[in-house]
Amino acid sequence: MIKLNTPITEADIKSLKVGEKVLISGVIYTARDQAHIRLLDEEDIKFDVEGSVIFYVGPTPNREGIAIGASGPTSSYRMDKLAVPLMEKGLKLMIGKGDRSEEFRLEMIKNNSVYLIATGGAGALLSSRIKSSKVIMYEDLGAEAIRRLEVEDFPCFVAYDIYGNDIFKN
Amino acid sequence: MRTINLSEVTEKVKNAVIEINYKLDDSLVALFNKAYKNETKELSKAVLSDIIENQDIARKGDVPLCQDTGVVVVFMEIGNNVFIDGDIYESINEGVRQGYKEGYLRKSMVNHPFDRVNTKDNTPAIIHTKIVQGNTIKMKIASKGGGSENMSKVTMLTPADSIDGVKKLVLDTIFNAGGKPCPPIIVGIGIGGNLEKSALLAKEALLRDLDDENNDKIIRTLEKELYDEINELGVGPMGVGGKTTCLAVKINYYPMHIASLPVAINIQCHSSRHTEVII
Repeated sequence: MIKLNTPITEADIKSLKVGEKVLISGVIYTARDQAHIRLLDEEDIKFDVEGSVIFYVGPTPNREGIAIGASGPTSSYRMDKLAVPLMEKGLKLMIGKGDRSEEFRLEMIKNNSVYLIATGGAGALLSSRIKSSKVIMYEDLGAEAIRRLEVEDFPCFVAYDIYGNDIFKN
Repeated sequence: MRTINLSEVTEKVKNAVIEINYKLDDSLVALFNKAYKNETKELSKAVLSDIIENQDIARKGDVPLCQDTGVVVVFMEIGNNVFIDGDIYESINEGVRQGYKEGYLRKSMVNHPFDRVNTKDNTPAIIHTKIVQGNTIKMKIASKGGGSENMSKVTMLTPADSIDGVKKLVLDTIFNAGGKPCPPIIVGIGIGGNLEKSALLAKEALLRDLDDENNDKIIRTLEKELYDEINELGVGPMGVGGKTTCLAVKINYYPMHIASLPVAINIQCHSSRHTEVII
């Protein structure tokens, strides 16, 4: 098991190998389909993309006193093409579920980024590891808005590493 | 003739959608635990352990099981001796509206294929109606997630394809879906009828009790063989490999045209959320 603190460094990326459990602490950002489409033309991104972590999620509304509602990953393949410009800007980790295209995997290796999966459907468990949540961009998108999350020991598994390994083919 | 109280319909739908999004059925949790014991690979066990812990946390009632709290699907059987004084479809939708608000559930319905503006209350529900004999209304209610629905399909096979053709189609579909539909999955299969009937059969098959037995010997055997063969595919929990790709296979069938063999495969993620209410 590897513990990572954000922002993610080049050394962190090198240490990640397929199938390993990773616990992330620090700040991560949420974005899924619509937010990715908007980010393509965005001139004022409200977070530092360099060394960042993006989690593909559209949470349920939260009850008072709870930082965020259910927060399990959504399928990553829909963000394959949209993730490339973000990786070119320094996005280091993406958290989602399921396999992705070969084109994405090659772009990811080229940009020295890593794809992690969190357990799909484990929305309540993952929510319990999120300590705070704040919408920072695209509030009108509701569940699809970009949120800044503070996380503690957020559990993931390395799905694609920079050495060309693939968790779904092991 | 018995008059149906439409506010009772709304109340029961509301309570049902909240309940199913926080509490998984014990029979399903038992299958998770059995799968955990059966897996040998550490990674597959770790994923199943997350799934088991998740439903324990959700059961407390603060946070739903999954962020995709789904589209509401209702199979309604209306007894011929009931009188419905009003719009029962609207009463069901009102239950959805209230349940998704009060239960802090995500609203996932958009109004148009291309505008994609959220309806903001998770309506409309998708409601199927059947008239039966009796003086009650029975509703099977499900919250169906989008990830597993996207991996589902209908195919028009021909009679010559027979059982082997059906098996190949099911195994290819599940293998190609990999981790995307959130395995371990439940597989609902509809065989026969026509294009739309097969899809309805498949959906309704997903709502059967996990431990029920098919009355038809040929279909029962096919369910068992497919269960084994799907689990031999090695997709495993969330696609990371392992012995548990499916938890159950349920097949419903219907008579069909001499030229046709329609097959619908509806995939349900591990968070199988449904219940039944009677009014």
